[in-house]
Amino acid sequence: MISLGDIVDFIVRQAPLFMAGLETTLQLLVVSTLIGLVLAVPLALARLSTRKMVSAPATAYAYFFRGTPLLVQIFIIYYGLPQFDAVRNSVVWPLLRDPMPCALIAFSLNMAAYTGEVIRGGILAVPPGEREAAQAVGMPHSLMLRRIILPRAFRIALPALSNEVVLQLKATSLASTVTLIDLTGVGRRLAAKTYTTEGLYVAGAIYIVLTFLLAQAFRLLEQRFNAFQRS
Amino acid sequence: MFDLYGFGAQLLQGAAVTLEVAGLSLLFGVVLGILGAAAKLSTLRWLRSGVTLLVNLIRGVPEFLILLIVYFSLPQILSSLTGADIAISPLVGGVFALSIVFGAYASETFRGGFMAVPRGQLEAARAFGMPRTRVFSRIHLPQAWRYALPGLSNLWQTLLKDTSLVSVLGLEEIMRKADIAAQVTKRPFNFYVAAALIYLAFILLSGPAFAWLERRANRGLARAPS
Repeated sequence: MISLGDIVDFIVRQAPLFMAGLETTLQLLVVSTLIGLVLAVPLALARLSTRKMVSAPATAYAYFFRGTPLLVQIFIIYYGLPQFDAVRNSVVWPLLRDPMPCALIAFSLNMAAYTGEVIRGGILAVPPGEREAAQAVGMPHSLMLRRIILPRAFRIALPALSNEVVLQLKATSLASTVTLIDLTGVGRRLAAKTYTTEGLYVAGAIYIVLTFLLAQAFRLLEQRFNAFQRS
Repeated sequence: MFDLYGFGAQLLQGAAVTLEVAGLSLLFGVVLGILGAAAKLSTLRWLRSGVTLLVNLIRGVPEFLILLIVYFSLPQILSSLTGADIAISPLVGGVFALSIVFGAYASETFRGGFMAVPRGQLEAARAFGMPRTRVFSRIHLPQAWRYALPGLSNLWQTLLKDTSLVSVLGLEEIMRKADIAAQVTKRPFNFYVAAALIYLAFILLSGPAFAWLERRANRGLARAPS
């Protein structure tokens, strides 16, 4: 069995590898979350549109990305797209050839589908009175969206968004399936090299710490943005 | 355009394995979830805080990593316990890991369900002289089930999608079959999209299945209003 001393010794020896893995994980998390959030807003607005032409594709998008495994989505992008000559001859090929951009694209599109739903819920939860008040003072629709509805929807959705970010952190572990060496990738590589599982346990412990830190960060964010709701 | 090069039957075989893994994990996961919820609501402090801590730890680790940890360390643990050399199949490893994950999340869903049952009903059952075990099986669990079903429906969808991870261990479910077909035919796009559509079909079909379960669980309630 593994002793605590062995584990400490192991961590010290493999620290540079884990730091590199942590960096990759955080990079995947931060970039895909930001792109996902940016895409989620138009997606949520499109789903709420009364025009079928606009809402139907957005709904289909949400169903596809929420109804299929993330692993399949990554594989379609990384292994599937190069099947077509048109892709290999296009300007985006230098990007799609590398696993990192592919993982980022898959994670971002996936994140957009999930947070799009959360933001849609937030928009629907904005009290109708506030919308009517904005209309009553003669605000144009775009200004009302920007100043009233979206800021309110974002604040309402914040607790649910924090859940999505934690889920996204865990989702990034699939990056190791397309040869990226994120935290899980480091654990897998060490497990394959030494036939031991310490690396996987250490990776797990780092994820737990990250989850905890993310939850704390969002608690602070909520306190700041939703300060008006505190009694 | 969308040619499966004769691998359609293989994909369907994979789909059956996927359903097998998901179904078994659902079964064990629900049992673990009920036990976990009971532990969280226990009057024994050590049990309550121990299980709560364990569940929080599991929820903080990616499902994929849990799967790898279970698959690689379970044989070691079993071997050191029994002294014999024990290997586990990807199916066993996958079901074990997915059940633990499902159970951890479901324990929270069931805890909510158990707490939502009005105390008066439990007291009434006790007042009738029902033994505690029968109060649980006839009154508490069926009612908690009613409240837990919508949450379980979401967890089931997540579970279905998570079964794809077991392909990494080599289990020949939908994803692994798609991998094999993609390598043989050099048409990865076709097969991964086909795999995606099968998952999507399962997810879309489980909606009505859970709606039926919910109607069934709520069947006694139709009489209440009037």
